[in-house]
Amino acid sequence: MAYLPYTEEDRQTMLALLGIPSVDALFEDIPQAARLDRPLNLPPALAEMELQSHLAALAGKNRSTVDMPSFLGAGYYDRYVPAAVGALASRGEFATAYTPYQPELSQGTLAAIFEFQTMIAGLTGTAAAQASMYDGASAVGEAALLALAHTRRPRVVVARGVHPDSRAVAKTYVTARGGKLTVVDELADLEQALGEDVAAVIWQYPDMLGGVNGMIGAVERAHHAGALAVVAADPVALALLTPPGAVGADVVVGEGQPLGNRLGYGGPTLGFFAVTTPLIRKLPGRLVGETVDGQGRRGFVLTLQAREQHIRREKATSNICSNHSLNALQATIYLALLGPRGLQQVASRSAATAHYLAERLEAVGLVRVPAGVPFLYEFAVRVPGSVADLNRHLLQAGIIGGFELGRWEPAWDGLWQLAVSERRTRAECDRLVEEVRQWMSR
Amino acid sequence: MNIPEDLQYTREHEWLGKDGRIGITDYAQEALGDVVYVELPEVGRVLKPGDIFGVVESVKSASDLYSPTGGTVIRVNPALADHPELVNQDPYGSGWIMELAEPAGGDLMDAAAYRRQVGA
Amino acid sequence: MDVPLIFERSRAGRRGVVLPPPENGWVNPEAWLPPELVRTAPLGLPEVSEQDVVRHYTQLSTLNYGVDTGFYPLGSCTMKYNPKVNDWAAGLAGFADLHPLQPEETVQGVLTLLAELEGGLAEIAGMDAVTLQPAAGAHGELTGILMIKAYLAARGDPRTTVLVPDSAHGTNPATATMAGFQVREVPSNARGGVDVGALRHALGPDTAALMLTNPNTLGLFEEDILEIADLVHAAGGLLYYDGANANAILGRVRPGDMGFDVVHLNLHKTFSTPHGGGGPGSGPVGVKAPLAPFLPGPRLVKQNGGWGWNYRLPQSIGKVRSYYGNVGVLVRAYAYLRAQGAAGLREVADMAVLNANYLLARLGPQYQTAIARRPVKHEFVISAVPQKHRGARALDIAKRLIDYGYYPPTVYFPLVVEEAMMVEPTETESKETLDRFADAMLAIDREIDASPELLAEAPHGTVVSRMDEARAARQPRLVWETSPRPGEARGNQGGH
Repeated sequence: MAYLPYTEEDRQTMLALLGIPSVDALFEDIPQAARLDRPLNLPPALAEMELQSHLAALAGKNRSTVDMPSFLGAGYYDRYVPAAVGALASRGEFATAYTPYQPELSQGTLAAIFEFQTMIAGLTGTAAAQASMYDGASAVGEAALLALAHTRRPRVVVARGVHPDSRAVAKTYVTARGGKLTVVDELADLEQALGEDVAAVIWQYPDMLGGVNGMIGAVERAHHAGALAVVAADPVALALLTPPGAVGADVVVGEGQPLGNRLGYGGPTLGFFAVTTPLIRKLPGRLVGETVDGQGRRGFVLTLQAREQHIRREKATSNICSNHSLNALQATIYLALLGPRGLQQVASRSAATAHYLAERLEAVGLVRVPAGVPFLYEFAVRVPGSVADLNRHLLQAGIIGGFELGRWEPAWDGLWQLAVSERRTRAECDRLVEEVRQWMSR
Repeated sequence: MNIPEDLQYTREHEWLGKDGRIGITDYAQEALGDVVYVELPEVGRVLKPGDIFGVVESVKSASDLYSPTGGTVIRVNPALADHPELVNQDPYGSGWIMELAEPAGGDLMDAAAYRRQVGA
Repeated sequence: MDVPLIFERSRAGRRGVVLPPPENGWVNPEAWLPPELVRTAPLGLPEVSEQDVVRHYTQLSTLNYGVDTGFYPLGSCTMKYNPKVNDWAAGLAGFADLHPLQPEETVQGVLTLLAELEGGLAEIAGMDAVTLQPAAGAHGELTGILMIKAYLAARGDPRTTVLVPDSAHGTNPATATMAGFQVREVPSNARGGVDVGALRHALGPDTAALMLTNPNTLGLFEEDILEIADLVHAAGGLLYYDGANANAILGRVRPGDMGFDVVHLNLHKTFSTPHGGGGPGSGPVGVKAPLAPFLPGPRLVKQNGGWGWNYRLPQSIGKVRSYYGNVGVLVRAYAYLRAQGAAGLREVADMAVLNANYLLARLGPQYQTAIARRPVKHEFVISAVPQKHRGARALDIAKRLIDYGYYPPTVYFPLVVEEAMMVEPTETESKETLDRFADAMLAIDREIDASPELLAEAPHGTVVSRMDEARAARQPRLVWETSPRPGEARGNQGGH
């Protein structure tokens, strides 16, 4: 049997100490009628050698972003991950530890999370960040819950430019609590959607069409209505963009995958969650704080635990128990390796290539939507014809094309979202444009 | 255990002074351990007897605070924001929590009855 | 500890990674952005070399204790061995470098894996359909309770109350509240199970569900489970299974056969995926057929000879996270399932339970469970009340175990046991390890009288000793600052 260390002699010695003939005696309190009287219907066990072949074959049936250039984004980016990130984060002392409840045996995880919290607070321009969430979408959902509890108001207004998965999770969470969610299309519509019942305005930065222009106005209008301003931000973009905290956003959340985490078909990644000082005690999830031990030595502990479910039980704002510690560790190591200049260069290199691609696509007749709005490394264009058909054409040419936004929103029918990471080259962009041109002239 | 004679008490271990001041008892602070945070009510809020007006947190617990009586919150203890440990050090003095104007009503007991409740 | 933080190793101008310049040279952000959107605030990141980073995080890792380091009998957490082949599989480019929005024809391998895992978990839990989306146990609970809410609403019978036993994990009541329910606690009986009389009294037309862990947090099997299920169903409610303790029942009994309607499983416990210092985990949820229409989307479906995602789910509770789940964790759990097979999984439960009972017996009269002797399942809860009377609390014993080289058991949970110490050895620990641990526990018991200061001051020789947690909570310092208080400097930097 795999991973079991017993000899027959061990088993007999153990049974003898308990004075029972077989392990069955330990299961006699299970009612007869409920017991499983047959083997589970599962495929036969594989030895590790067979297992490796089987898994490698399954993996081989997929075509990855290593095999083909990808222009997909929407929160998850095909970014370069330095080799040291995986080498360090996969150390067993990090990977096989539990939640750091015993600080004396957990200073490694605790110090790394403290560094993570500091880096996220710095990037977002806020006072403090917590130890990480499941992903960006659930961080948006939790931000909505924080706002309902903090303001005691029942409605959340969310921009259509927020990732549809984030909006959907916010809707699930808010309606479960008896609240309501309203979607607005653009900044101009915000005024009308706001009122004394609004707990929060949620804005994305950059938004789903790549635009960065609405955030500051959204924060101002939210505050004018007495609501919290929640901004879902791309952490790499914040290397170049004014941080939301600097213009007064109360809560800054986001998807942390771009920070040293591989795409992994969507998970596990991490969400980040940062707030201004007045909201620190409202943060959901785990938090690490600095303190001293009995001899006055600096150390780190999980703190403000009285907010959490294991103490507040039914009075807790959130039921969140775990964080994505290992993914947050990868993000921390990544940010340490890159440093301020490295992260700016990741964003800047991506943006330079993206602007090159946008110009080339416009030259072959694809119009950027919305026109003239500033963007960094993700943008949308209108495709004359079927986006799905265009993507099929590209796939045959060995390119993973952009995302067909109409699949998510009728309002985005015919729009093609393209993301350009620092791994994309001009040659790959040229190849994409050439294939688009051929497809259009068919 | 310190149970001053001139105060009135609730089953939930709050005390009420003649001046409308309210706090938690010596017994309560002892049971909670190191108090790390007190969530205070808003000044101006109108409370009925038994309303939850705040939360007192220790490192590993959180307990709701119940108003011993009815009235309007006219003052909260500003020192608790930076020094929640005052609730441990001086629960009937500098560790007071809030003050109500015109306190009225509530199911209150005297020091002797409270002493019996906590078995002191 | 005298280990500097990464920020304290920073020297202006040092670099860990250098990027190639763009093909047309570096461009200032002003070229793309209006002035008010160009960042002026510093990023607050350290400037260190690659070797600085490698040494720093290697050093931090040595301050940690994991399952790879040694015995980790942390009750309710199932800290079993995490097989390395699972990590190898999850790191294959064919799984790890897939974008979630890739065309379905390019990801048939991973979709096949996910579909087979859904099927395997459904069989193990005795359920009809499974979602792999929830990112953790608590997230699975929320998903499950929201499905119950949607199912009852669709039945035209909305209900308001969720029942939880007083011994439940804190996530159960918190989940019910988050899903918009009132919570009502059900007391335990003298044998550590649900008090059926009290349950009968608590059930009513407002009861939406009873949430139950079985075996429960005392490590005891609910002997009355069939009667409990009948009572809940007769009252019109549903039965929710918290799978935190499923390691004890694999292949022996299935939640579905006990009468449960909804089940979540913790892959990071039962299915050997690493805990990662607090996550990522994974909390798939299985349901009986009547609840399947309410599962979160998208759902895997077989179409045109391959697997694909179905988003058209009119009765679904909606989404609980982005995309499809913690796939990297799911790959590991799948590898574990395939390495074990049916016989292997049953052996896992058998040996987890044998280990727990053997260890409890080895602890002798010195350490007793709170409930009169009953066979436990995969874990047990001892009450250190006798030790407390002699001057040592559960926490002191736990800290002293660190000196003996062990990660301590869970202490002060469940709340219904005074001075609780919750011990879960798991099936992957050998008899020698259990014997050595039992010897350490007995030695510590003798130290309580012989040299009490050893317990009071424990642990000795760790990088830090017991921490001042009150100070951490009274004046929270949550970010590294050269100035003394968090918030102020950081806020100013942002330009308020």
